[in-house]
Amino acid sequence: MRIKVRTQEPLRKLLDNEQVVEVSGTTVFEVIKTLQVRYPRFVERLLESDGSVRRFVNVYVNEEDIRFLQNQQTALRDGDEVRIISAIAGG
Amino acid sequence: MDKQTGFMKALKCRECGREYPLAATHVCEFDFGPLEVAYDYDRIKQSLTKKAIESRGKNMWRYRELLPIAGEPTVGCEVGFTPLIKADRLAKRLGIRELWIKNDTVNYPTLSFKDRVVSVALSRAKELGFTTVACASTGNLANSVAANAAAAGLKAYVFIPSDLEQGKILNSLVYGANVVGIKGHYDEVNRLCAEIAGKYGWAFVNVNMRPYYAEGSKSMGFEIIEQLGWKIPQHTVVPMASGSLLTKIQKSYQEFVKLGLVQQSRYSVHGAQATGCSPISVAQKAGLDFFKPVKPNTIAKSLAIGTPADGFYALKVMKETGGAADDVTDDEIRDGIKMLAECEGIFAETAGGVTVAVAKKLVATGKIPAMDSAVLCITGNGLKTLESVAGHVGQAREIRPSLREFESLLEAENKSTVTA
Repeated sequence: MRIKVRTQEPLRKLLDNEQVVEVSGTTVFEVIKTLQVRYPRFVERLLESDGSVRRFVNVYVNEEDIRFLQNQQTALRDGDEVRIISAIAGG
Repeated sequence: MDKQTGFMKALKCRECGREYPLAATHVCEFDFGPLEVAYDYDRIKQSLTKKAIESRGKNMWRYRELLPIAGEPTVGCEVGFTPLIKADRLAKRLGIRELWIKNDTVNYPTLSFKDRVVSVALSRAKELGFTTVACASTGNLANSVAANAAAAGLKAYVFIPSDLEQGKILNSLVYGANVVGIKGHYDEVNRLCAEIAGKYGWAFVNVNMRPYYAEGSKSMGFEIIEQLGWKIPQHTVVPMASGSLLTKIQKSYQEFVKLGLVQQSRYSVHGAQATGCSPISVAQKAGLDFFKPVKPNTIAKSLAIGTPADGFYALKVMKETGGAADDVTDDEIRDGIKMLAECEGIFAETAGGVTVAVAKKLVATGKIPAMDSAVLCITGNGLKTLESVAGHVGQAREIRPSLREFESLLEAENKSTVTA
């Protein structure tokens, strides 16, 4: 599975300023593991020590928040987009 | 006062405390936590005295040292200092000894508390050299960005869910702002804006300008204390969307205590949500310190944020101050709007109905003791959400311009009152 990963400024710096990063993986968990190898500094900041996503970060598969899906176990299909976005104030 | 930074020291991560320069940025690059403005309170203490405040203009900038701009305000100079009304008739209806309404339905210029945050965000955006401003909004913020940007000669892009009330959409369009309706709920608008924000070099008031923007809400709390005769209210009931306003009300009380402007006293800050979008209220009632995101479905569209960015902090504030949260149905929201209108002559939008109806519940359940005193933060004007009450507040009776018809109408009315 080829998965596209996007994030926002200023976090993009930690993905070498790439607009889109392509990685492989069949679940969100696997994608994060693959990112961890290529961009260890990014993933170190993304996750708590217990492996859960930090509370001020929202992760989306295509347009949906993974907390409405199966969290990190959410299955991915070829061409899916994973977005990693910080929570922002309203409203 | 330093010309470059005013009374600000740095931006500081609320999670880990790391400091950043006072630029247009909002996320800690270490743990992705939100950044907040840190102040030089020693210098503020020398400058911000009761005497100094009372000698200044009746607007939010009378507390200027505690608002995050470097120089003098250039946008929204007349915002704030809205009336604090003693609401005796509503107090009786809710069954509480003393009740006050902080009435931001008449805030200048766009009739909601958002003028407070926008005047700070746009004044700071100008200081940082921006010429285009933008926001993700459930309506009121969009109205305020559009109006204040127009008056300041800034270009504005506002992003809103496309199904907002007509009044809120027209109230952005009329100022010449670029209004973009997103087919989705607010959380989806937010996600898109987070991605857009860094891309075009715009000042996004609730994204990259958020640390400055959010501080504007404190002015509502400063005013409450001053208008109560330099006292902290025993209870404050605050509507919650992202939860930001509630946290900033508490911060305003803490800052005035820290500066010696008010005596420390016991106070509780309570949160109000609509049942159709109540992630923070549900978590508070279950005793949790985290919330579960929801998909909103409520007439209180201005509070319809299913993933509230400041939810964690709002829960913490309620816990620390002994506050409670509750939520109310669409019918209870309409009843809340009607109670406030009929008792106090104030027409609030749906968020105001939420606050009144939740206050009623909190008094009824003893979470706000009946012998205490409370302030309700009423944050927006009912003329913007007419759809929510249309068909629920009766209808005008039509007659021809004839005395006889009027008299028979009165007669019929008297009869029905007697029989009722």
